[in-house]
Amino acid sequence: MSLQLLWLVPILPLLGALLNGLGAGRLPRKVVSAIGVGSVGAALVIALGCFATLLGMPGEERFFAQTLFSWIDSGDLSVAVRLGLDPLSAVMMLVVTGVGFLIHVYSTGYMNHEKDYGRYFSYLNLFTFCMLMLVLADNFLVMFFGWEGVGLCSYLLIGFWYTKPSAAEAGKKAFIVNRIGDWGFLIGIFLLFVTFGSLDFGRVFTEAPSILPLGGGMATAIALFLFVGATGKSAQIPLYTWLPDAMEGPTPVSALIHAATMVTAGVYMIARCHVLYALAPTALLVVAVVGAATAVYAATIGLVQKDIKRVLAYSTVSQLGYMFLAMGVSAFAAGIFHLMTHAFFKALLFLGAGSVIHALSGEQDMDRMGGLKKHLPRTHATMLIATLAIAGIFPFAGFFSKDEILWKAFSNGGPILWAAGVIGAFLTAFYMFRLYFMTFHGSERLTPEAKGHLHESPNSMTIPLMLLAVLSLIGGLIQVPLLQGGQRLDAFLEPVFADLARVGGAAAHGAAAAAGHGAAHAAHDPGQEIALMLVSLAIALAGIYVAHRFYVKDPQAPHRLAARARGWYDLLWNKYWVDEIYDARIVQPIVRLSNRLWKDVDAAVVDGAVNGIGRKIEQGAGWLRLAQTGYVQLYALILTVGLVVVFGYLALR
Amino acid sequence: MTQPLTILGIPILSFVIFFPSVGALILLLLPSSRTHAIRVTTLVVALITFAASIPLFTAFQVAQRGMQFVERVPWVPSLGIQYSLGVDGVSVLLILMTTLLSAIAVLSTFSAVTERVKTFMALLLVLETGMLGVFAALDLVLFYIFWEVVLIPMYLLIGVWGGQRRIYAAVKFILYTVVGSLLMLVGILYLYFAHQAAFGEFTFDLLRLYDTPLTHGAQLWLFGAFALAFAIKVPMWPFHTWLPDAHVEAPTAGSVILAGVLLKMGTYGFLRFAMPLFPDGAIAFAPWIIALSVIGIIYGALVAMVQTDVKKLVAYSSVSHLGFVMLGLFALNPQGIQGSVLQMVNHGLSTGALFLAVGILYERRHTREISEFGGVTKAMPVFSALFLIICLSSLGLPGLNGFIGEFLILLGAFRAHPWVAGLSATGVILGAVYLLWMFQRVMFGPVTKEENRALPDLTRRELWVLAPIIVFIVWIGVYPNTFLRFLDVPASVLMEQVSSRTTVTPVPAPEYRGGEESGADREGIALLDAERPDGLGEEGGAAANGAHADSVQHHHADGGSPPDAPGRGEP
Repeated sequence: MSLQLLWLVPILPLLGALLNGLGAGRLPRKVVSAIGVGSVGAALVIALGCFATLLGMPGEERFFAQTLFSWIDSGDLSVAVRLGLDPLSAVMMLVVTGVGFLIHVYSTGYMNHEKDYGRYFSYLNLFTFCMLMLVLADNFLVMFFGWEGVGLCSYLLIGFWYTKPSAAEAGKKAFIVNRIGDWGFLIGIFLLFVTFGSLDFGRVFTEAPSILPLGGGMATAIALFLFVGATGKSAQIPLYTWLPDAMEGPTPVSALIHAATMVTAGVYMIARCHVLYALAPTALLVVAVVGAATAVYAATIGLVQKDIKRVLAYSTVSQLGYMFLAMGVSAFAAGIFHLMTHAFFKALLFLGAGSVIHALSGEQDMDRMGGLKKHLPRTHATMLIATLAIAGIFPFAGFFSKDEILWKAFSNGGPILWAAGVIGAFLTAFYMFRLYFMTFHGSERLTPEAKGHLHESPNSMTIPLMLLAVLSLIGGLIQVPLLQGGQRLDAFLEPVFADLARVGGAAAHGAAAAAGHGAAHAAHDPGQEIALMLVSLAIALAGIYVAHRFYVKDPQAPHRLAARARGWYDLLWNKYWVDEIYDARIVQPIVRLSNRLWKDVDAAVVDGAVNGIGRKIEQGAGWLRLAQTGYVQLYALILTVGLVVVFGYLALR
Repeated sequence: MTQPLTILGIPILSFVIFFPSVGALILLLLPSSRTHAIRVTTLVVALITFAASIPLFTAFQVAQRGMQFVERVPWVPSLGIQYSLGVDGVSVLLILMTTLLSAIAVLSTFSAVTERVKTFMALLLVLETGMLGVFAALDLVLFYIFWEVVLIPMYLLIGVWGGQRRIYAAVKFILYTVVGSLLMLVGILYLYFAHQAAFGEFTFDLLRLYDTPLTHGAQLWLFGAFALAFAIKVPMWPFHTWLPDAHVEAPTAGSVILAGVLLKMGTYGFLRFAMPLFPDGAIAFAPWIIALSVIGIIYGALVAMVQTDVKKLVAYSSVSHLGFVMLGLFALNPQGIQGSVLQMVNHGLSTGALFLAVGILYERRHTREISEFGGVTKAMPVFSALFLIICLSSLGLPGLNGFIGEFLILLGAFRAHPWVAGLSATGVILGAVYLLWMFQRVMFGPVTKEENRALPDLTRRELWVLAPIIVFIVWIGVYPNTFLRFLDVPASVLMEQVSSRTTVTPVPAPEYRGGEESGADREGIALLDAERPDGLGEEGGAAANGAHADSVQHHHADGGSPPDAPGRGEP
């Protein structure tokens, strides 16, 4: 397929969004579904065609750019709406259209009873458009367009059920927290423009190694400001608090936006800017530490949550932490690998959870689930695959991608980052199997209402589940460690990350590691890699074993433990009180300050001064009041007469 | 263009400016009782004015320096007062925005204004003449007259058709602005005499006054006098407190015009008068103005956030947005200035639309208290969608107009003062906070008040009020180059003006975009600069040579150049 069709990939979903948006409430459901699913399906077909064409080209030539029109020309700033396709954006494009398509199909079943069906698909298509613009952008400003665009769609979809106050609140919170991150992104863009005089990826990344000294202040500043943007979009410490609340949105939205695609945008951005980060080792260290800390921190909160979607939300935050850990240790390809496998199994987990929620007519509390295995056989089987994948059990997809990150964390980052990753892996295995056991095993704790409603989901929902299960099962095989020629993803991405070699010096090590094969890789001891792999596998199995003890064998054990360690339990249950701290320490003081500015400064000081001067004049010169008749016509007359007198004087002088 | 553009034999600028007033006279002939006829007539007049202003946009030569569509008729020759009009790219955009917003404002009053309709409409049309005149006047006396003409109708619109505290608000409005404009008048007269002292001729011609040699000290004082008048109008912090009062009391159409156009008279005044006339003053005061702008951005946003009245919230948001405009202007680089002018237009569209949306709610509920609403989306889904687009435009979402302006301003500011821009950019966060919080409380959530359950959605007329604005919001956001083209030359001219006559080291000649400007053109400008250090070109040249434009001339482009000369810079 000709790459000239690339522009259709984002444009088709945009057209779908416009049609469904303008026709909302008037188009019949079948038409809405056809437009909504069809537009993304067509985009997927074209994306696959472009991908095939790209594969047919020699490795180093796999780049295609398409300028649509010039966007902003002002002085020496010139920004075009330009798409760029290279192996990295191709991977992202396939994830977005592929997983996106399955979720659109699933939505036709899940949202079937929804009144605002057209509005829903309009938003979902709009999101797909923005996300594709984000990943296909060939300069920072178009990327920022997509970046804020997906934020808007996230806002709209989280608050889809707007009559629910918590949903409206969560949507707003998501947008604002993201905006805080976007502030950093924006400053990063300014710094880039000041430094390079351009915002084009090609120019910036080509010139960066010669313009920015390795480890210099400017490189570090740019990388860190961009990372602030990434922490917002990808829910990392300290800007992660919006993501758990975002679960107010419909579950397919959580799967698409808040698991598979949008939240990974920060990871993609760093991978895209790998040259800049390679020039800023300090920034890389910050990324690695924030990623590792988030991975462990979010996992601990996930240990005790009862809401099935919230567990998955904290799990997503934690998994994103892994991806940032990968970025931070210069294992860019490994991070993208995990991004991809995570998109498969986390989308599956959310959709599976959605299937459970759908079956129980809206129930999300795992305390009121249990024993669903026999009622929901397809959902159960696919969920089990996804749970094994995220826990990192061989040979599921998550095993390969997580292990590669842990290995790189050890070899590039050292034992501390590795240990954090391993602890996170243990916690992940535990809380995911806790979720699995509490949902599908043990006694049925359903409410009568849910019990009466219980049914397996329709095919439109279960078929996407099964397809994602297949991907979660075999998706890891594109990148098999140790095997000669097994690292196909690495090889595919290699041309993208090859330019790391030009960064030179200290970063060269990371470059070689990122490239994934070659001398540096071979130099490592394969025995060590296998040993570490076995350790993490054992750790994951241990997590599963503990979960099994707690939630199947002895269901009272968690309660006893919670009672014994009340303080710790409360800390985790209340999510370390971070929301409360932010509110008390940041939000409330700003509101109080604003009120004081309004009521004290504006009314008392500024207005007071003016009124005071007015009063003083009034007291001092009472006769002036005679002139204050209040008739504006008179004022105008006086003005005119005054002008005439002045000019008359001037003329006759 | 060999022929000056005319409509019915009247030069285009004069036609556009005075046609609304002619319309006002026509209104006076209609009986007051025939309110519908009055409304339709006013709308037709406003639409014709808008249509008549479009050729200004399409026939304008963007690459050409100097004023275009120039008209010059001696008025009081003994005093050197001329009826002289002309526009550059900045004026064209502001004039177009004014004619568009005026038509929309008229349409919005059809159901909102029911008393003394004839007077209201007539005042609105006179107001339009005043505003258009301000943006086209090239003679300081003419400018001052238009400037004052604007005050009276606006005073009456607030004072007669306003809300509860309308008298207080109207008097506050007029006192603030009159204080400012009187100082400006003194400044104008000083400049007039200074020019006479230097060149021996009395003139109020702006383009010649640009050449007036002034001492550093005089420039500071004069800049101060002009800047105060304009700063009150903008309004810059801390001269802003008349604005919330005026807006809350003004009828919707008044608010639309006030925020959309009147405030731009202040920023335009800086750009056209205060800065190029007194460059030393501009540079000396720049740090202060930038500081006040940043305070305005953040202060306005914070105070907007805690308002309980939607209209007041929008009013305070204007303080914040106009802070951005001033910041961009004083960044004194192409992105800053272009972004600033574009943002003047953007603010007119977005904030005008916000006031219209608030008016639509007010007409249904007769309250603007946020707590009186909630869940309105349920009853008014179409309105909700449009209102959200307007809010997103105002908070600077990429793809809509506000982003382009704010991005260029902040980029320009960042190149000049990185820390200032970093601080100002937090205003972008706060913009999202106050608008989305308001939107959440008004439009989302459950319907808590019975009155809100069955609110009618937009009528066809209301849709027509908002739709044209939305079209421009998207257009500017997706393809801003249509409009940015107009600002390339004015931005570089302003930079030259501010840098050329000062003792401060001149900035290097501005880079022209791409290869569009030929090297020859740039050389031509350099040549002119060599002859005339202000770089202003032939208006000044004509003046110095004593070539008075005494005869009635309708110059196209620069007064002195042959009308069919393709460009200025043929070497």
